[in-house]
Amino acid sequence: MTAVAASDLAETGTGPTINESRMERSERSFARKIVIPAFAVAIIVTQIPFLATIYYSFQNWDLARPEARSFAWFHNYAAVVTNGAFLPALLNTVVIVGSSVIVSLVLGLLLAVLLDRKFPGRAVARTLLITPFLVMPAASALIWKWSLLDANVGMINWAFGLVGIPPVAWNTDFPGMTVVFVLTWQYTPFMMLILLAGLQSQSGEMLEAAQVDGAGPIRIFRTMTLPHLRTYAELAILLGTVLMVQVFDPVNIMTGGAGHSKTLSYLLYERAFIGQQVGEAAAYGVVTVIVTIAVATVALRTLFRVFTEEGGGGR
Amino acid sequence: MFGNRRSTRAPGSRPGFRRVGMRQPGRHRAALVAGVGAASLMLTVSGCAGFGNLGNQPGVTTITLASVNNPQMQDLATLLPEFEKAHPDIKVNVIMMEENDLRNATTKDVATRGGQYDVMTVGAYEVPMWGRNGWLTDLTAKAKADPSYDVNDFFKPVQQSVSYDNRIYAAPFYGESSFLMYRKDLFQKAGLTMPAHPTWQQVAQLAAKLKDPSQDRAGICLRGKPGWGEQFAPLTTVVNTFGGQWYNMSWDAQVNKPGFSNAVNFYVNTIKQSGERDPASFGFTECLNLFQQGRAAMWYDATSAAGTLETKGSPVAGKVGYVSAPVVKTKESGWLWTWNLAINSLSKHQQADWEFVKWATSKQYEELVGQRLGWARVPPGTRQSLYANPQYQQASSAFAGLTAQTLRSVDPTHPGVDPQPWTGIQFVGIPEFQDVGNQTSQQIANTFSGGESVADALDKGQRIAQIAGDTQKREAGK
Amino acid sequence: MSAEVSSRVRTRPRLTGRRVGGLGITVLTWVVVFLFFFPVLWMIFTSFKTEQAAAQFPPSFITHLSFDRYATVFQRGMGLYLANSAALSILSTVAVMALAIPAAYGLSVRRVGRWQDLLFFFISTKFMPVAASIIPVFLLLRVIGALDNLWALGVLYVGMNLPLAIWMMRSFFAEVPYAVVEAAQIDGASYSRELWRVSLPIVAPGAAAAALICFIFAWNEYFLVNLLTAVVARTTPPFLGSFVDGRGQFLAVLSAASTIAVLPVIIAGWVAQKRLVRGLAMGAVK
Repeated sequence: MTAVAASDLAETGTGPTINESRMERSERSFARKIVIPAFAVAIIVTQIPFLATIYYSFQNWDLARPEARSFAWFHNYAAVVTNGAFLPALLNTVVIVGSSVIVSLVLGLLLAVLLDRKFPGRAVARTLLITPFLVMPAASALIWKWSLLDANVGMINWAFGLVGIPPVAWNTDFPGMTVVFVLTWQYTPFMMLILLAGLQSQSGEMLEAAQVDGAGPIRIFRTMTLPHLRTYAELAILLGTVLMVQVFDPVNIMTGGAGHSKTLSYLLYERAFIGQQVGEAAAYGVVTVIVTIAVATVALRTLFRVFTEEGGGGR
Repeated sequence: MFGNRRSTRAPGSRPGFRRVGMRQPGRHRAALVAGVGAASLMLTVSGCAGFGNLGNQPGVTTITLASVNNPQMQDLATLLPEFEKAHPDIKVNVIMMEENDLRNATTKDVATRGGQYDVMTVGAYEVPMWGRNGWLTDLTAKAKADPSYDVNDFFKPVQQSVSYDNRIYAAPFYGESSFLMYRKDLFQKAGLTMPAHPTWQQVAQLAAKLKDPSQDRAGICLRGKPGWGEQFAPLTTVVNTFGGQWYNMSWDAQVNKPGFSNAVNFYVNTIKQSGERDPASFGFTECLNLFQQGRAAMWYDATSAAGTLETKGSPVAGKVGYVSAPVVKTKESGWLWTWNLAINSLSKHQQADWEFVKWATSKQYEELVGQRLGWARVPPGTRQSLYANPQYQQASSAFAGLTAQTLRSVDPTHPGVDPQPWTGIQFVGIPEFQDVGNQTSQQIANTFSGGESVADALDKGQRIAQIAGDTQKREAGK
Repeated sequence: MSAEVSSRVRTRPRLTGRRVGGLGITVLTWVVVFLFFFPVLWMIFTSFKTEQAAAQFPPSFITHLSFDRYATVFQRGMGLYLANSAALSILSTVAVMALAIPAAYGLSVRRVGRWQDLLFFFISTKFMPVAASIIPVFLLLRVIGALDNLWALGVLYVGMNLPLAIWMMRSFFAEVPYAVVEAAQIDGASYSRELWRVSLPIVAPGAAAAALICFIFAWNEYFLVNLLTAVVARTTPPFLGSFVDGRGQFLAVLSAASTIAVLPVIIAGWVAQKRLVRGLAMGAVK
């Protein structure tokens, strides 16, 4: 059997055929063996809580009124739909997370390109650039709120003042943007790390060959580097989005949920801990999961190379 | 799993492939395994669940205190060795938390009957509700048992704030009301005088005159940050004195009725006209910083702010005047907030808990703080005897008298013009109020930028408040 | 393919040839680094000020600096929380990588059937907002008596980070040239050896990035710790949060605590980024 045919069989993942050699069966059994531990852990650790959440979503349970606990049928789900809070929060989340992902991806790419070369102090520069991602998010939000974005005493307005721009009331006038600032700042290193790994996995030989052929650095970047980076960019976008949707510290600490900064995660936190409605919060959670699965299914299977190309963009 | 470093060239021709850099992973792996082994060993030795129990000794009762992180509680934590000296069989483990985290953690603990915390700092908002639910130990008998503890020394409104149905469910540790702070020197320079009992309209006029954009100074700093305890603490007192209220005696929400709406319009307009820039960011600490830096001529907020403003090194120390909370239709309008030490009814160390709570809220403790840390740092606002103490008077002369007077005169059962079916000045004593207050304050914050009209914001607030009101009606009907 | 090519492959051609362009871009790089790092730098600087100086405006650059804030932080008992954080983060990261690396291999180089569905499943486990399921999780843990327990928290963290690690490692493994894998096979290597001795070293830089990211998330995780632990298993993030003061000024002392908390992660970051420098150029041989 040639190597090509062997790889074909491995990709289709169908059951053993008469022509299949022992090698393919043992390969598949090996693959199963190494995936099962992670799969089992994921099932146990995430699905049991998920089932518990679904269970509680059918309960009427106000933490502050424990004597009034009862079975609620679909009452909580009806509340989610009729409350009118879910859609605005969803929209806010899409706008805030979408902007942050795009801007941090572009900045991350810029930084990755800058850091890809050799220059004095590169290791120090890289470590310094990762620090926004290392500092505890709540502490970052506090530093941004107090030192940088404060309308009266913050450094950004002070810098604006130096060039004659009037001070901006960030939290009052643009609460959504304050969240985008902080999220972008925090997640650019994340994007940068992934894209840097992508840049470094480029075939140096082919790059050199292209240079020898007379292609300028911009052309090489456009025609060779960017396509190569596509899988990494997709990975960064997917993970970045999934992570940013969960973030709520900037909203909690800086804007208190005013204006367009009330994201889904903050809305849920509010329902669960300020409204103290365990059942209603659980229902919101389940609805969020359903909506996200729907969106993700469409997005991933139409756009992402992992799911569109045979073999997923690698082999 | 990565084995030793040997020759990396496997037999056979494998063109062009060299495992450079294998040596580094090997060293890394060895260090990693060592680190993991050490960490696991340490954990197992310490009893498997974490390091927090190191230092616990057998024979000593350890009680866990979940506390808010205020300066007075921080001082209490530093003075714990004194308590442990006097009670060698009790050790107190303090867990400090930020206020919202504390509220989440303690509420979740008592509501699900977890029993993780023995003693907790509980605010005036929660004590009556939790006492009613049986989540806190009834302290009435214990408090009255020892005459030297002098339960009646506490200000009467403060006692009311920790009681339900005439039973005491927590010991008051810290109390505050609100008053108006102003820069005497700026008033003098502008040729203005502060009336002895100002009205809100007078204050708004003064603020308009004192604001100075060229110096980047606001006329007045008022809290605008969304939150039932942030924006709505001062705002509810303004509502009360304008003749409005959250609910009437039948638990009908009154949020978009004239009294409430006049008050909110006044508050929002005053901020827009003479208040701080970016009001949605401003809570207590932000206003404190602004006022202390001389960028606001007046500030309406908690009585305890005076302590920080008058400490040595504060840029405004000695320049601040204090006057009672501005009124409109009522005689006084300060709020009342207390932080109290409460015992979890599920705690297994009731006696030890009480020993600690009694110590921390006693006159002897105040004496201890005064001697060790300075009289300005004694937890204010709970005991009347503190305000008769000459040493305390000397250390806090600028504001102590007014604080005591305010605390004596507030009435948490009837703070506004009309009667109300709950006890509480700047909050409504129902569990849903956190949510109602939070959401309404978010709407009001949207009005600062002109993004929403006050009328719309209050209509939304009315809807949310009425849902909670209906729940109360159901409960009251039972 | 000759050995000469492979040794040349280790250094990649510079995309900017001329010296002047090189210097200009280096300066630009350092400016960008400074801008990004500035908030952190400011935080560190603030940690040495007094609270009043930290609240000052215009921001004071010249002021009395001292270590007093750090003394306050240590007096509050940070060591215990750092130890908990370290144990939790290290153990959970090791566990995550130990599970994710094989799983990712089985979803890329040596694939199981329906690997795309599996990948989707793994990422879907991160769709549930934490706040919605935290009370149910709290009650579950209480039932099995695992509240205030680092092991329970570690297991939850493994579940939290596993999808990230699997997706990242899968992408990196997918870049391993099949020729290399095939060559190992021809040499008679078992699948296991192929994974650990042949493929993993090629993606070691990516593995370092993935491990670092999982470590960071475990180290900085606030929400679960706050609600599922009390005394014994409390870690650094809630300790940092406890410095936020409702009635006082706290920016300087919070900055000090944050600086201490970020140091171990910076060290981890330094170690990891060094792995990023070295040759993923390995994968260049086709």
